[in-house]
Amino acid sequence: MIATILTMAAMGLILGLFLGVSAYYLKVEAEPIVEELTEMLPGSNCGQCGFPGCAQAAAALASHEAPVTLCPPGGKGVVESLSARLGIDPPTGMVDVVPMLAFVNEATCIGCTRCAKVCPTDAIVGAPKQIHAVINRACNGCRLCVDVCPTECLQLVPEAVTLENWRWQRPVLASAA
Amino acid sequence: MSGLSLKLAVQTWLRTRGGVHPPECKDTAAMPIRTIPAPARLYLPLKQHIGAEAKPDVVPLQLVKKGQVLARGQGSVSAHVHAPCSGHIADIVEYPAPHPSGLPMPVLVIENDGRDDADEMPVAKHPHLLAPEDIAARVQAAGIVGLGGATFPAAVKMNLGQAKAVDMLIINGCECEPYLTCDDRLMQERAAGIADGARIMAQALNIVGAPDVIIAIENNKPEAIAAMREATAGWRHVDVVPVPTQYPMGAEKQLVRYLTGREVPAGKLLADVGVLVQNVGTAYAVQQALRTGMPLVSRIVTVAGGAVARPGNYEVPIGMRVSDVLAHCGLVCEPARVVMGGPMMGHALGHPDAPVVKGTSGILALTAGEVRAEAERPCIRCAACVDACPMGLLPVTMASLLKSDKLDEALGIGLSDCISCAACSYACPSNIPLVHYFNYGKGEVVAKREAKRKDEEIKRLIEEHRVRMAAIEREKAEAAAKRQAAMEKQKAEKAAA
Repeated sequence: MIATILTMAAMGLILGLFLGVSAYYLKVEAEPIVEELTEMLPGSNCGQCGFPGCAQAAAALASHEAPVTLCPPGGKGVVESLSARLGIDPPTGMVDVVPMLAFVNEATCIGCTRCAKVCPTDAIVGAPKQIHAVINRACNGCRLCVDVCPTECLQLVPEAVTLENWRWQRPVLASAA
Repeated sequence: MSGLSLKLAVQTWLRTRGGVHPPECKDTAAMPIRTIPAPARLYLPLKQHIGAEAKPDVVPLQLVKKGQVLARGQGSVSAHVHAPCSGHIADIVEYPAPHPSGLPMPVLVIENDGRDDADEMPVAKHPHLLAPEDIAARVQAAGIVGLGGATFPAAVKMNLGQAKAVDMLIINGCECEPYLTCDDRLMQERAAGIADGARIMAQALNIVGAPDVIIAIENNKPEAIAAMREATAGWRHVDVVPVPTQYPMGAEKQLVRYLTGREVPAGKLLADVGVLVQNVGTAYAVQQALRTGMPLVSRIVTVAGGAVARPGNYEVPIGMRVSDVLAHCGLVCEPARVVMGGPMMGHALGHPDAPVVKGTSGILALTAGEVRAEAERPCIRCAACVDACPMGLLPVTMASLLKSDKLDEALGIGLSDCISCAACSYACPSNIPLVHYFNYGKGEVVAKREAKRKDEEIKRLIEEHRVRMAAIEREKAEAAAKRQAAMEKQKAEKAAA
């Protein structure tokens, strides 16, 4: 009788110690998938998905509360990497939308520098009272500048087709064309 | 069957894959080369080659001479642009490109003064005594690019040949595309020049002993074969080899495999298997540059097609508009489609005013009867495309993968090895535009890579912005703390006083 109690107590002690130690050393800080998803999103915190920023959007994605197609600046590439990580099939029938870029209408720009201040990628150059300009290569169309422009001279325009970014279109059926 | 033809049949069977036999339509092969004089205005694109755009070396209104450098190649892979006539620079503008999209590209516009004052490069007395680097430098100075259509800068290729162990130079006179006869005529009329150019290029590759030179010509050009044999009669290291008439025999990888049995591994270059291929037109341009000092300012263009009144081979100044060339040759009816290059690998012109460039081998004004415009029908899984593919790929499978956007799987079965020769599209009894699917797929691959590059760039910029803003905040806080400390010190001093 005593031997049984002692054995059980010793076992409980050892196993309890083991669990306690492993809980301390093998602790999972946060859901790693959220971090991974945040890494996949553009990171400009533009809010076009309806969440305050990319980290919050990633949390929603991880709990399957938001669709993988939530990020307009990210485009098809982000949709594909998100669905690959989340283990779901990418939605079919995605339409290619032309990437949007910010554009300064020089006639109405008053040089207030508000757009340059909010730009998360430093894509807008300009000094106070001087007309601003957008560096296309650094702009990902996050819209933050459009919302702060007092004269509505900033707009998002589709990226122009040039010989460098022109691609063959998918063949269409002659009957469908 | 005689022993020789049996050997040929076995070699063909062992060393060629796929291939098709489209109607040749090479009526212009019997017509001598005629020269089209430079028109009043020439439109010279700054980028007529693979690689970086050339940078203008002239300003508007500047007087230029024929052969003068107008734009200099930038970076390691690029080519100069020279003036094909004397006159003055009228403008540097955006002008429709010789491209299926017809989108604009920067061009130099020259107003021709009709005097043809030439500004030639210094001529080497004995090109065969020049060092290989000197020959490559002169070829580069002459702005010579691969004239078979790929327009890869010739000097870069020659230097590549020096960097890798190249033991064979193949001069490509196959001209397997239907309609085109510009190389055929060049070989018939200027064989001596081509042979001399080939010798100079072999000299440029001279590392240990002269490399073997093979001049490969399809056996449907007996006159060209005879002319080249005569021109190279006194030269030991050269061989004129007739090759079977079959499309795409003139594609580099196919030609090398037929002649040498060497196969280029996926993603590698011809130079990696010790072979260099240059077009006959390139050889002639090299000879002209070194013997006469005239850089590449004109080329032979086959003008053909049912809608052309006076088809033939014309020596056209580079920069002449296609519409001007067709006006010179006359049209019997409105063409249904104007194609630049051959009917298999060429492309429909997006704009009729696009200029002739260094890579323009043909201008085809095709009638509605010559253009196949039937609708795509369902695939019957006959595998005619598989039999036709010269790269040994599975066009039917790749196309169905691309139809359902499975780009990675298509890449996995060799999409990037496709040479876009269009043999599969030609062979397809259901008119499926297979090569169009592959061009689309390759474009998507590039677009994806570009999008990924931009994503990474944006992430880097955001991170840099964040770091900079944090530094500014910290500086502000430090400055505020300093001010606070100074104020308190002052207060304390006042209180003490």
